[in-house]
Amino acid sequence: MKELKIFGIVAIFTLVLYWGVEPFAHSQMHKHVEGQDFVYNGTADIEEAEAAKKEDKVKAKKEFWASVDKVAKLKGNAANGEAAFATCMGCHMEGAPNMGGVIPPSLEHAGALYDKNYLIALLKDPAMASNVDHKYKDTMTHPMGSIKAMMADDQQIADVVAYLKTKKAGEMTTKEAFSDACGRCHAMRYAKTTQLGDTPKFKYKKDELAHKIKVIDEQNLVKAYMGKLPPDLSIIIRARSEHFLETFVENPQSQLLGTSMPRVGLSHEGYEKVKTYLEEIGDPSKTAREDLGPKVLLFFFIFTGLAFLWKKSMWKGHH
Amino acid sequence: MAHFEKANSIGEWLDQRLAVETLKKVMQTEYWIPKNINFLWAMGMVLAATFGILLVSGIFLLMYYKPDTNLAFDSVNYTIMSEVGYGWLWRHIHGVGASLVFLIIYIHMFTGIYYGSYKKGRELIWLSGMGLFVAFSAEAFSGYMLPWGQMSYWAGMVITNLFSGGSLEAYGLVEWIRGDYVPADAFLTRFFMLHVLLIPLAIIGLIVLHFGTLRIPHVNNQDGEEFDFAEAAELYKAGKVKESKVIPFSPVFLSKDVLVMGVYFILFFYLVFYHFEFAMDPVNFDPADGLKTPAHIYPEWYFLWSYEILRPFSKDLGLIAFAVAQVIFFMLPFLDRSPNVAPASRRGLFKYWFWLMLLDMISLTFMGKLPPTDALFANIGLVSAVLFFVLWIALPIITKLEKKL
Repeated sequence: MKELKIFGIVAIFTLVLYWGVEPFAHSQMHKHVEGQDFVYNGTADIEEAEAAKKEDKVKAKKEFWASVDKVAKLKGNAANGEAAFATCMGCHMEGAPNMGGVIPPSLEHAGALYDKNYLIALLKDPAMASNVDHKYKDTMTHPMGSIKAMMADDQQIADVVAYLKTKKAGEMTTKEAFSDACGRCHAMRYAKTTQLGDTPKFKYKKDELAHKIKVIDEQNLVKAYMGKLPPDLSIIIRARSEHFLETFVENPQSQLLGTSMPRVGLSHEGYEKVKTYLEEIGDPSKTAREDLGPKVLLFFFIFTGLAFLWKKSMWKGHH
Repeated sequence: MAHFEKANSIGEWLDQRLAVETLKKVMQTEYWIPKNINFLWAMGMVLAATFGILLVSGIFLLMYYKPDTNLAFDSVNYTIMSEVGYGWLWRHIHGVGASLVFLIIYIHMFTGIYYGSYKKGRELIWLSGMGLFVAFSAEAFSGYMLPWGQMSYWAGMVITNLFSGGSLEAYGLVEWIRGDYVPADAFLTRFFMLHVLLIPLAIIGLIVLHFGTLRIPHVNNQDGEEFDFAEAAELYKAGKVKESKVIPFSPVFLSKDVLVMGVYFILFFYLVFYHFEFAMDPVNFDPADGLKTPAHIYPEWYFLWSYEILRPFSKDLGLIAFAVAQVIFFMLPFLDRSPNVAPASRRGLFKYWFWLMLLDMISLTFMGKLPPTDALFANIGLVSAVLFFVLWIALPIITKLEKKL
C-alpha cells in the first residue's frame, strides 16, 4: 500500500511536469487563432484591417466582401459558364509558363479543391480574395489582376463558378490536390517534386543538370515575386501543429501578418486531401505505427504479468 | 602455469579459467541488498536498461546518419524515416528514450536526496552519480545537434555562446569550441564524435564506477537503518530469509527490478507509438537556417530549470548563477551537515527543504519554457531562481540545527 502511495506521488509530479512543459507552455507560446471552418466571407480580413486602424482599408474590405456575397446569391448557369471559362484557359493550360511570378495552376479539380465564395472573390479581385492586397499599390498588377477587366459582369462570374463547381469537381488524388493548390510555389523534395512538378528520371547527367537549371530559373522567378523562396513542405506536417496548418491555410495573415503567401481558398474537402498528402510524405510511418503499437504493448503487458508472478514467487516467505 | 583438471561441463571449464562461480556469487547471488526498500530502488536498473536501449537504437541510427550539414537533416528525416525498414521505430525509441532517461535520472536523484543516500560513506555514490548526470547532459546536448534542424542550430549557437563568459568576451574560446565563427560543418562533426564515441565511453566508465561505489557502503534502505550486512547475509544463507534484513541481488531483488521495468516499458512504448511528439520538438523539423531565428528558443524540458536560472539575471550574474547551479548538486553531501541518515519526513526542517527544492525546480522548469516577455512569468522565474540559491545557502544551517535521531 505504501508503495502505491509513493507511486502515486511520483506519477502526480510527473504529470504536472508534463502539463507545464507541454500543453500549458504551448498554449502560452503561440497566439490563439480561431479556425473559420473553411468559410470565406471576409470576417477575418475586415477584423485585421480594423486592428491595423486603417479606415479606408476597412471600408474597401467591407465593400469587396459585400459584393462577393451579392454574386454568391445569384444563380449561376454552368452551360453559360463553360463558354466564359475559355477566357481562363488562355493562362490555366497544360504546360503553362511562369506568368508574373508563378505558373498558373491547373483548374481540373478547382470545383472540389476551392470554396465557392473564394472562387467568386478571386474572379472579382484576386489580390483581395487571397488577402495579399497589401503587396500591391493597385491590385490590377497582381499576376491575375487583369481578370477584373476581363470578367466584370456578376452573372458571368456566377456562371463560371457554377461551371467549375459542377464540371470541374471530380475525384482527385491527394497528390493532385497538393500539386494544384501548393505545388507551384512549394517544392516537396521527399516526394521528388519541384515547382516544375515531378522530377523525371534521367539517363544522362547532362539532362539532369539541365533540368536542375530549369528548376532554379523557375524558383528564382517565384522568389522574385514572393520575396523569398517558399519553404519545402516535405515534413511541414511534423514542423507545425495541426491547428496552425489549418488556420494558416485558411488565412496566412492570421498567423504571419504581412506574409506574401496568398490565401488559396481551399474547401474543407480540398484541405483534407492536401493534409493527407502532407502526412503521406512527411509522416509515412503512421500506418506501420498503428499496426505495430498494440502488438508491442501487448507483449509488455504479458511481460509485466509474468514478471509479477516471478517476483511473487521469489519474495515468498521473505516478509 | 596453473594446473588444470579435465572439465566435465562447459560451466566447469569456464569456472577453471574465469572463476565464473565466484563471479556469480560476488555480483549476483551473494551481492546483498537490504530488504526494506520500495520500487524507487529499481530506478538504477531502469536507467541501465534505458541506457542499453539508447545504445542499441543509437547503433542502428548510426548506420544511416550522415554527419554533414548538407546531408544530416535529410538522412534523419528522409532516409531513416522513409527508406530504412523500421528506421522510424529506432528514431522514435531513441528520441523518447533520451527524454525518459532524464525523468528517471531526476526520480533517482530525488530518491537519493529524500532518503539521505549520499551521506556518511556514500559520498562517492552521489558524486559518481552526479558525474553521470553531467555526462548524460552532454550526451543529450550533443545528440540534439545531430538532426541539424532549427533547434539544433540555435541551441548550439546559444549554448556555445555561453563560453564567451559574458563581459569577458572570450569569443576566441567560442570559435575554438565551434571550429568556426558560427555552428557549421566542423561544429557538427565534432559533436557527432562526442555523441557517438567519447561521451558514451565516459558514461560506460562512470556506470562501472557508480556500481563500484555501492559495494562497500551498500545500498541504503527506506529507514536509513545501519546494520551488519555480513551477519544478515549469514542469516539468509542459513535459510532464515524472513528474519534476515537482506536479499540477494539475483534473483530476488532482480525479480522486483524486472517487474518495475515491465511497468516502465509499458509507459515507454506507449510513448514511442502514440505520444512521441513530446520528445521531438516541431521546430527541429525545420532545417537549420542561420538567417532565421525561431520565435522561441528553449532547451528540452530536462534543462529548463537551469536555463531559467540563467535567464532572469543580468548577463554576468546570470552566467555565474548558471555555472553555480550546474555544480551545486555535487556539493550536497558536504553541505548537509546533519549526521542523520533517514527519510526527509523524519528530519525536521530538511523535510520542508526537500519539498521546497522539488517544487522550486518544477517552477523553474515551467518558467524556463514560457516567454520571458510576460511580466508575471518573468517574476515567478526570478523568485524561483533566487529561492533556489536561498535554499542552498540555508541547507548547512538547517541541517546543523537538526536534532540527532
